[in-house]
Amino acid sequence: MRATAIGKETQTLRTLPGDDVRQILWRFGDRFDLQMLVQSVRAVARGPVARAVANGARHSHQWTKEKDDLLREFDAAGITSVFLDPEFGGYLAGPKNLALALTAFELAWVDAGAATASLAGCLGLAPIHERGTPEQKAEYMSRSAPGGDRTPLRGAFCLTEPIPYVGVETGLLSGKVRIAEWREGQEPLLHVTKRGRFITNMDFAGFVTAAVDSGDPKIHGSCMVILEKTDAGVFDPGAPARKLVHQLSSTTDPIFDLTVPASRIVGGYTIEDGVVVPNYSHSEIIEAVFRRTRVTVGLMTAAKLLSAVEPLIRYHRERFRGGESVPPGSPRFELGLQQREDVLHRLLEVWSTGEAAASLGFSTARLFDELDPLEREKERVLAAQGVHGGTALFKALRKRQPDAIECLTLAAQPAGRRNQERYDALAADPVVRFLALDAQANVLCPAVKLWNTGHGANVLREAVSLMGGYGITEDCPGFLGYKWMDAQLEATYEGPEAVQRRQLSLTMTNEVFLAQFKLWIGEMRRIAARYPGSGACALATAMELWLWTLNHLQKATDAAGVKLYSGNRQGVTFPLADALCWLLASRAQILDVVELAEQGPSHPVVSEGLEGLQNFFTDLCHAQAARAAGEVGRICAELVFGYRRHPSWDAEGDYQGCYQEDELIAIESLVPGMSAWTPDMIREDGSHASKAGPCARMDGLHDFTRLRAKLDGCLTGSLLARDRAAHALAHVMIPQALDYPA
Amino acid sequence: MSVSYQIVVCAGLAPDPLQTLEPVPGPALKNELALPAVLDPWAAHALYEAAHLAKSRPGSKVYLVALAPKAKLQQVMMTVAQKLPFELIALDGPMSGFADAAEVAAALSAAVSGIAGLDRERWLLFGGWESATRGAGATMQMLAERLGIIDQFLAVDELRVEEDGSLRVWERVEGGGHQVSLCEGPPAMLAWATGRLPEPVNNPQIGMANMRGVMPALQRARPAPPLGGGIEYRKVALPAQQRQTRVVKDAAPEEIARELAAWIRE
Repeated sequence: MRATAIGKETQTLRTLPGDDVRQILWRFGDRFDLQMLVQSVRAVARGPVARAVANGARHSHQWTKEKDDLLREFDAAGITSVFLDPEFGGYLAGPKNLALALTAFELAWVDAGAATASLAGCLGLAPIHERGTPEQKAEYMSRSAPGGDRTPLRGAFCLTEPIPYVGVETGLLSGKVRIAEWREGQEPLLHVTKRGRFITNMDFAGFVTAAVDSGDPKIHGSCMVILEKTDAGVFDPGAPARKLVHQLSSTTDPIFDLTVPASRIVGGYTIEDGVVVPNYSHSEIIEAVFRRTRVTVGLMTAAKLLSAVEPLIRYHRERFRGGESVPPGSPRFELGLQQREDVLHRLLEVWSTGEAAASLGFSTARLFDELDPLEREKERVLAAQGVHGGTALFKALRKRQPDAIECLTLAAQPAGRRNQERYDALAADPVVRFLALDAQANVLCPAVKLWNTGHGANVLREAVSLMGGYGITEDCPGFLGYKWMDAQLEATYEGPEAVQRRQLSLTMTNEVFLAQFKLWIGEMRRIAARYPGSGACALATAMELWLWTLNHLQKATDAAGVKLYSGNRQGVTFPLADALCWLLASRAQILDVVELAEQGPSHPVVSEGLEGLQNFFTDLCHAQAARAAGEVGRICAELVFGYRRHPSWDAEGDYQGCYQEDELIAIESLVPGMSAWTPDMIREDGSHASKAGPCARMDGLHDFTRLRAKLDGCLTGSLLARDRAAHALAHVMIPQALDYPA
Repeated sequence: MSVSYQIVVCAGLAPDPLQTLEPVPGPALKNELALPAVLDPWAAHALYEAAHLAKSRPGSKVYLVALAPKAKLQQVMMTVAQKLPFELIALDGPMSGFADAAEVAAALSAAVSGIAGLDRERWLLFGGWESATRGAGATMQMLAERLGIIDQFLAVDELRVEEDGSLRVWERVEGGGHQVSLCEGPPAMLAWATGRLPEPVNNPQIGMANMRGVMPALQRARPAPPLGGGIEYRKVALPAQQRQTRVVKDAAPEEIARELAAWIRE
């Protein structure tokens, strides 16, 4: 990694990064099961899925045979069973967050609707997987596995809050569950009524996991129930949603009016004083489900951004070929639009956003793979101590937070200087380890969903615009127009941006997370020392500025004396959440490129041409870190200053704070030049400079202004990095055609 | 008569022939080795034909003998291993069309001879008739000679096992025709053209089962003897590029067809 201007001998990118590089960056080089999965899914995505899109399968809201045939392709390629454990017919053992993330990524490279169709089945099963009883798991997981000629049971997930709260308030539900019949000594029968809206997979779902609220005093609270197509009553898939996006997935507004046994309550129930008490409320279940599945959604948008790079380079280079006035060999023929800096710079932003989004998404998926077994271990340990769910669990975990913070602090100290015995004890404690990882996961999951899809959708618009008029046609190579529109749905479903920002505004103030965040600042400084051209130093400064701003806003009030950082002040909390996402994405990108720098030289394939690849990725990191730092600086400055009242010439206190002209003359006679440092002066006749008021004072904000000035300085060299990366874009070899029909 | 076979398929790797790199502007060579590697397409047809044959003949087993750079072979196995059950015998060597066919055949011969339990009564040797790496199209014959297999078939498009266990083989000849031969049975060498049976779809469960053997096989892959030692290349040059593109607007389909037909007749 270096930070120099373009030199003749500087190695640069030769070809677009292939699987070997991605396996290092996203840390599955030692997971051949995942490498096979990627190849398998890719064959489906760039084969049958791409052909379906090219043949116009997206032009209908209806669930057509062509779309239905894709399900068989998913079954044969192992996509349907990727979620299942081997004992239930799957082939991947252990946590599957990274596997699902890679699956979604590969499918969304061509069409995100296909990714949604494949993953919605997993979403339907997820409540059972996360909180189902052993009997429920065995029953539904096994029936969901494709095998031989048997059609697997396909699931759907039905939450649906009442309109107009769709997607915003998951505490309110539209469905009701009541006791239909309860004979003495027998299992109760439940009557479930629910109208779903925008439910995926309903055209072919054999079962649904539906969230319902109690409509009966004999049932406590809310729960999720499993509804089967063959149950007595109405199981109506409903009319297809007339959506403009993700048309390869089935989306309808279903109606359920069914009678089912109480054993269908996900996670089971107990009877207390004649009342059915579900073991898990619907919100406890969906929290466990969504915190994982949202990561895969974020990766869909990342895939689309990265998939745009190759068709855009090709389009730009070939833009003028074929014209009589553009002879082969001329710069206009060879480079086309790439002769112009603007095109290169804008494409770089598409690429670097895609890299950062993918790095953030995959690192979060890996974190959940680490967290899943730890969560179960934590539950086991606490259960042995007599602590079960609900408030008792919350209190028990809160009590251990100081231990988690201490563990993090000790981990950051050199081995020889810390209390090793204490550190070893804490590091071996599953509850402490869980708390540390959980605090990260609670921030990273909404960050992936928010930044990747929200900012990603904006950048995809840029990708479409880089394709000119071609971009908004059905013939656009790489289906970029479709991908842009699809991104808007990804930013919306499974919790729109406001939901993610709201969650972040709560979780990013967790003390354990903040302790971790401080360590990350140090980590970025150390990386910057080893890899000075990576932008890690600028990012570390931006992280410091963000942390200072958060601490400040948590204590500060606005001009009217009202607290700034509170749940209702979304004008404060939401932008700060956005700023954090920029930092996390850039950090993840830098960490991945460091991994490439350290693992690449020993890789027999990647090592060839590594220097050029590394240089390019480092420059890309630098440009992205600078972009993140710029966003963070702007947001923090607006928040710190924006809620203060601007001094006025009319307010007595403000006016009196200014120097009088005779005072300044006296000061100038003692310290020549001093008057140049004073912002405002009132002349003898009471007049003043023609402007809005005396300049704003920085009382109590000097640390902020110092950090802000430092951050501005940290941007030094970032545009040189962008220029080098742009140079590489104009010289990289690309295949002559896309590897899928488009 | 139901016969099971031991099918040894020999294969190398090639840069994906369905892709070609856009030349870099300026004076630079395009490096096809930077393309993703795939199983050499001709050999891949042989492997897929072996898969179908083995599946239709219970008790059959497929061996894949591959001479290629180990790291690239590992990547390719992530796809190929999902298509059919096989045992991999890996030789760590170069991926290049400039390797001498006789030397490659010698290396493969040593590897095939090392397979324990090969039964000549059940043994079929498969490979690609040609290679996408500018091969000479002679490797399989040389290999068969070294292994003492006399029944050799080139450019095979179809193999049918008759009721009595004999092999009916369709070899591609000029003019789009086939020469049909009847062979008593194994051992036989079949160097495949494109074959007629489809590529098996990926099956991750087969892949997972294969990987138990593939990964150790890759780890213990022995370096192939140095290739090209006996050959001196006097001159190496890029193939001449010929571009005959005309841009014609608003031509009628009949006119285009007439012109194409005239060009073909030439």
